[in-house]
Amino acid sequence: MEKSEYLDLYRQMVVIRRMEERSAELYQAGKIGGFLHLYIGQEAVSTGLVSARQPEDNVITAYRDHGVAYNVGISAKAIIAELLGKATGISKGKGGSMHLADVTKFFWGGHAIVGAHIPVATGLALADVYNEKDAVTICMMGDGATNIGFFHEGINMAKVWNLPVLWVVENNQYGMGTAVDRASAVSEMRQKAAGYGMKAQRADGMDLLNVREVASKMIKEIREGSGPQLLEVMTYRFRGHSMGDPERYRKPEEVHKWQEEDPIGIFRRKLLELKVATEAELDEQDDIAEKEVEEAVHFAETSPEPAPEELFTEVYAEPLE
Amino acid sequence: MARITMREAISQALWEEMERDPNIFIMGEEVGVWGGTYAVTKGFFDHFGPKRVRDTPIAEAAIVGAAVGAAMKGLHPVAEIMTINFAFVAFEQIVNEMPKFHYMFGGQMNVPVVVRTVSGGGRQLGATHSQTPDAIFAHFPGLVVAAPGTPADAKGMLKSALRTKNPVLFIEHATLYQTRGEVPEGDYVVPLGKSTVQRPGKDVTIVTYSKMLEISLKAADQLAKEGIEAEIVDLRSLRPLDMGPVIESFKKTNRAVIVEEGWPTYGVGAEVSARIYEQAFDYVDAPVKRVAQAEVPLPYNRTLEQMAIPKVEDVIKAVKEVL
Repeated sequence: MEKSEYLDLYRQMVVIRRMEERSAELYQAGKIGGFLHLYIGQEAVSTGLVSARQPEDNVITAYRDHGVAYNVGISAKAIIAELLGKATGISKGKGGSMHLADVTKFFWGGHAIVGAHIPVATGLALADVYNEKDAVTICMMGDGATNIGFFHEGINMAKVWNLPVLWVVENNQYGMGTAVDRASAVSEMRQKAAGYGMKAQRADGMDLLNVREVASKMIKEIREGSGPQLLEVMTYRFRGHSMGDPERYRKPEEVHKWQEEDPIGIFRRKLLELKVATEAELDEQDDIAEKEVEEAVHFAETSPEPAPEELFTEVYAEPLE
Repeated sequence: MARITMREAISQALWEEMERDPNIFIMGEEVGVWGGTYAVTKGFFDHFGPKRVRDTPIAEAAIVGAAVGAAMKGLHPVAEIMTINFAFVAFEQIVNEMPKFHYMFGGQMNVPVVVRTVSGGGRQLGATHSQTPDAIFAHFPGLVVAAPGTPADAKGMLKSALRTKNPVLFIEHATLYQTRGEVPEGDYVVPLGKSTVQRPGKDVTIVTYSKMLEISLKAADQLAKEGIEAEIVDLRSLRPLDMGPVIESFKKTNRAVIVEEGWPTYGVGAEVSARIYEQAFDYVDAPVKRVAQAEVPLPYNRTLEQMAIPKVEDVIKAVKEVL
């Protein structure tokens, strides 16, 4: 990796962190409605994963989607504007926090029904095979999604048809407030791959370079025809499930312990150790990120609301006669 | 023009559209090697091959969900759900994905999936396999719900479904596959979301669709012998619901009977009658009457099942009540 790429990945994580912190403030100020699921603590997962893809590899995820949306190339402006429901949002203010997508970046959403996007990912991969493209589909999901029927149906079909999918289970150890071992028959998500005859790996979601390395290898094998594989990424969300989470299900000490394993701090230390960058250079990236997010917030806040007629546009893709 | 069955008409439309557009493919249970459980896709597997005629696991959520994903990337999948009763296990995909993604992502993606499925009772399949829940699916904006009642409309509307960028739930009827009718050969297209007059008349308006069109036509023939001329409006699509010909007819007859196979509560008849009152109240000479299924889970016993499903006599009785 070039130095500029290391710095870019570092900056991406800082932007996501800062974007999420500012979003929490905007939510508390009543400027963001609905639900808000923050990605704080999990930044290294999507940043590492997306850095391992080719530009035309599909990415699809669940509702905790702000981070990956930024990684695939949606601007902080278009993301925050969407959270504020503005016309300049990436989904024109019609989707909100859970429904970000940018088809020009091969990012297919942002899906809010747990597990329902898993069969959709199967279909994305099917289309690529149908059109003889060598793209890989990266489908992210939470640990909770592995317990719903869609997981079984979508993953089974993809394996039966040997489709090029990397299933990525972000194991942040809680499905909302229910700990993994209270909801899943096996606590290690990668064990579930065996039932479908799939290869599975585990990565440390607090270590960007580890996620990137493991994912790159798996994506390469999948592109070469291995069929679908499953990657379990161990991670932790530092904030509640959503903004309205009283967090009765975990102790502050547990959260603090994980916060000491901050993925941004880990990556920063690593860049210093490897002498890829100096403190001053990383501080400069922090400043760039801070500025980018502040500009995005300003852009979003000063953007127009959707026009009233937008209510009735795009219900159908083309008018019916 | 050839006189062919509904099955042949649907098969013809699929075949011709697949020949025309390489992005169209079929996926579903037993659509390939078996030839389709209703034999609609017989011969397709040998002709188009396994890439375009894909046998799937028995997994409806994955069938429709994967079709949605493939459609997002520009293909035009036909997802076959063996019966509409199995569509409930793909309800999420049909009502929460197909009609929502275009709007929810600000128009970025289209989801031109055609879900072909089979509705209707009367074959002694018991409560879980005999339903006509068409109205439930017609509740969702963004979805097109088509339910043709003649072989010609089935061919023409399926062709339209395979040419639109919109998602379509295409409802066929289990006991109409053998019904014959004149069907234009070649490129015959009937628009979606357009109702039509299937039989002209002046005394009463019968509004119906799908299998109940057949029942209503028989009722109208008998009524004609008694000097009562019923005009029959076939809705053909439940969403978008085209009230134009219904209102036009009602303004002439001032009386209406709505005939549907499903249950009346929150059903097609409820919707159509509400719109008649909203749009033509000044023309009402008698309360609008609904003929629909008895409000029970359909029983297995043949006699009991037949009692529950609307029959010709029920339509005749209702017409006489509004005259």
